[in-house]
Amino acid sequence: MLENAFSGSKKYWTWIIILLILIGIGTITFIYQMNTGLGITGMGRDVTWGFYIAQFTFLVGVAASAVMVVLPYYLHNYKEFGKITILGEFLAVGSVIMCMTFIFADMGQPLRMLNMFLYPTPHSLMFWDAMSLGGYLVLNVLISQVTLDAEKKGMHPPKWIKPIIILSIPWAVSIHTVTAFLYQGLAARPFWLSAIMAPRFLATAFSAGPALLILLCMMLRRTTKFDVGYQPIQKLAIIATYAMLLNVFFLLMEIFTALYSGIPGHAEHFKYLYFGLDGNYRLVPWMWLSTILAVVSLILLVTPKYRNNEKLLVIASASVFLSIWLDKGLGMVVTGFIPSTLGYVPDYWPTLPEVTISIGIYALGALIITVLYKIALSVRRQLKVS
Amino acid sequence: MSIDRRKFLAIAGGAAAIGIAGRRTLKVLAKNVISKPSATLAGKRWAMVIDLKKCRELPGCTKCIQACDYAHNIPDMGNSKDEIKWIWKEKFNHAFVEQENYFVPDDVKNNPAILFCNHCDNPPCTNVCPTQATWKREDGVVMMDWHRCIGCRYCMAACPYGSRSFNWRDPRPHIKQLNPDFPTRERGVVEKCNFCEERLSRGLLPACVEACPVKAMTFGNLEDPNSEIREILNKRFTIRRKPELGTQPEIYYII
Amino acid sequence: MYDTGKVIIGIIIFVLLFTSPLLLNLSSGEGTYRPDPKLPASGTCVESKSYMKDYHMEMLNTWRNMVVRQNYRYLKTSDGKYFEINGHRAEMSLTKTCLNCHHKAEFCDKCHNYLDVQPYCWNCHIDPSLIKKEVER
Repeated sequence: MLENAFSGSKKYWTWIIILLILIGIGTITFIYQMNTGLGITGMGRDVTWGFYIAQFTFLVGVAASAVMVVLPYYLHNYKEFGKITILGEFLAVGSVIMCMTFIFADMGQPLRMLNMFLYPTPHSLMFWDAMSLGGYLVLNVLISQVTLDAEKKGMHPPKWIKPIIILSIPWAVSIHTVTAFLYQGLAARPFWLSAIMAPRFLATAFSAGPALLILLCMMLRRTTKFDVGYQPIQKLAIIATYAMLLNVFFLLMEIFTALYSGIPGHAEHFKYLYFGLDGNYRLVPWMWLSTILAVVSLILLVTPKYRNNEKLLVIASASVFLSIWLDKGLGMVVTGFIPSTLGYVPDYWPTLPEVTISIGIYALGALIITVLYKIALSVRRQLKVS
Repeated sequence: MSIDRRKFLAIAGGAAAIGIAGRRTLKVLAKNVISKPSATLAGKRWAMVIDLKKCRELPGCTKCIQACDYAHNIPDMGNSKDEIKWIWKEKFNHAFVEQENYFVPDDVKNNPAILFCNHCDNPPCTNVCPTQATWKREDGVVMMDWHRCIGCRYCMAACPYGSRSFNWRDPRPHIKQLNPDFPTRERGVVEKCNFCEERLSRGLLPACVEACPVKAMTFGNLEDPNSEIREILNKRFTIRRKPELGTQPEIYYII
Repeated sequence: MYDTGKVIIGIIIFVLLFTSPLLLNLSSGEGTYRPDPKLPASGTCVESKSYMKDYHMEMLNTWRNMVVRQNYRYLKTSDGKYFEINGHRAEMSLTKTCLNCHHKAEFCDKCHNYLDVQPYCWNCHIDPSLIKKEVER
């Protein structure tokens, strides 16, 4: 099957080469980071996690969202999703690999990575996160490989894969729950210390993930002859709508609890996010942009007339994705550290090398997803021809 | 060479190979029979009381910080972002966040408190460490193993006291005066106050306690009812940092 | 096999290129170079020479785990006695015990450089001879 990745149009190869160049630049910058230390990033003594960990968290959500196409297809026998389950699973594979690479980039001593497994530590949630992410990767590689292989041979997938697919559904929920636990179990950080964090993580995942999948399907329709059709995209849009509504609802609950109770330790983080604190307005415009995008996307998604219009749906999906990325990939992690445990308001903004390495990792993910989609679509096309 | 290969197998080959590695460690152990030091301060639960009243007698004094910096090769990174600190000064409203009253005596308000690792009874940092590179010893010292730390900084997110520092860059060039008796750190690992465990094991008091010219710091064993520290805690009212979190800090302050 | 001659020539060129570092070293006489670590003039080591040759890194690894993780400090050698330096019990310490007699540059580095290994011990543990130099300066 892999041979399909090596034959393609000029456009395909241009895209691959662009990605390879970005990966190359990222790698060189990463080597620079290895030799100089994480001091080249915007992180410091007070803000100890930044852009890398935020991207990791956001992408765990994208990975978990595969369950939103797997579940209707396999549990509710929703046949329309037959064409896109494999796209969801491959998106998960690419996302999990990006997650792992972001963790690797964030470590002070990445070469000691194996210590996590040589000295397994069940009381650390980081251990469980590594376990659940690794397991999820294996599950998705296995499921997509077996189902695609069966499709190629024109047969039904073997029976033994069904329970594994069913297992992948709660597993997807678990990866993002454990990721939320990573944060919400810390007494030191009142901003994260909220029981709604895990449900909200899932809501953001199940809206941003399907929104991205809608955009990918539209892109495939334009660049290849592969068309998933109108119905599945509409179904994805409905999933994204409900999840986004829940997300906004959960966020308002968080803001209410923090601001109405007025406990400084809880309220100040939200003040920093939306109004600025002690003259630091770093995230304010971005958070309001996120808010506006959330409102715009909800207007477009909730109104059937707009949702059914595929051009407006593209705008809506892009708004959902960007709104959640700003919230989770830019604001959520850093704000846990601002103000600091000693009541200071440190500043954080990703540096150029930090962003370059991140772009390299995103390019790596894009390359993996491109190649996997190419393989899947080629197999399907050969089926049609024969 | 063959040992190297075996070492590789021990890592890669799972349980069976770990057996070989274990036996080899035993062999090394059998060669060097090791015993506990005899001259240790025989304690079960180390703690410290800091009398900030005494500390205020010498405003601007940094003897304790200097002593620690030399004893543990603490670099001066020259900026607050990359800063490494084990013991430092902080104004009252930062040291005791959310405990500040509106009206506070001027000398309390304007003079700093001395902060370092609280060596909590219930340390959140050790709980989150994915490699057991930091853990609480039986005598209460919260230890770090810099050989094992992978630099994930989860402990720094978990510490409610800002007591941990990360080596964002190579610290070696920034150390004013190297102390050969204590290692420096590598870039990419977390560090913090170790309660001078290397001195305790030789029967010495922590460097900061020893260096304080007004004897504002009292170090001792909480489990010994006749210890000086217990006497002070029985007589004087003390406070701790963020006690509401249940971490049970073992650094007590007399305000 | 097609093009037998070309293939064989190709293989020969490949083998020559691949082994060229070895061949060059042999021809320049560097191949016979042996590292010459300088032993301290007097004193006994914590263990026998052959043991140290084979196992010094494992011993140091054990030391570090004993000291850091188990709070054992003083060194007992295989004969069951505390190892002493100038009448004091020696610690399990690279800097304080090993380098008390050995000179890093003239002993440790000799073989490490020859084998091109870079033990990361030195990233943190200080070579006391460097400090003496600094003080002299």
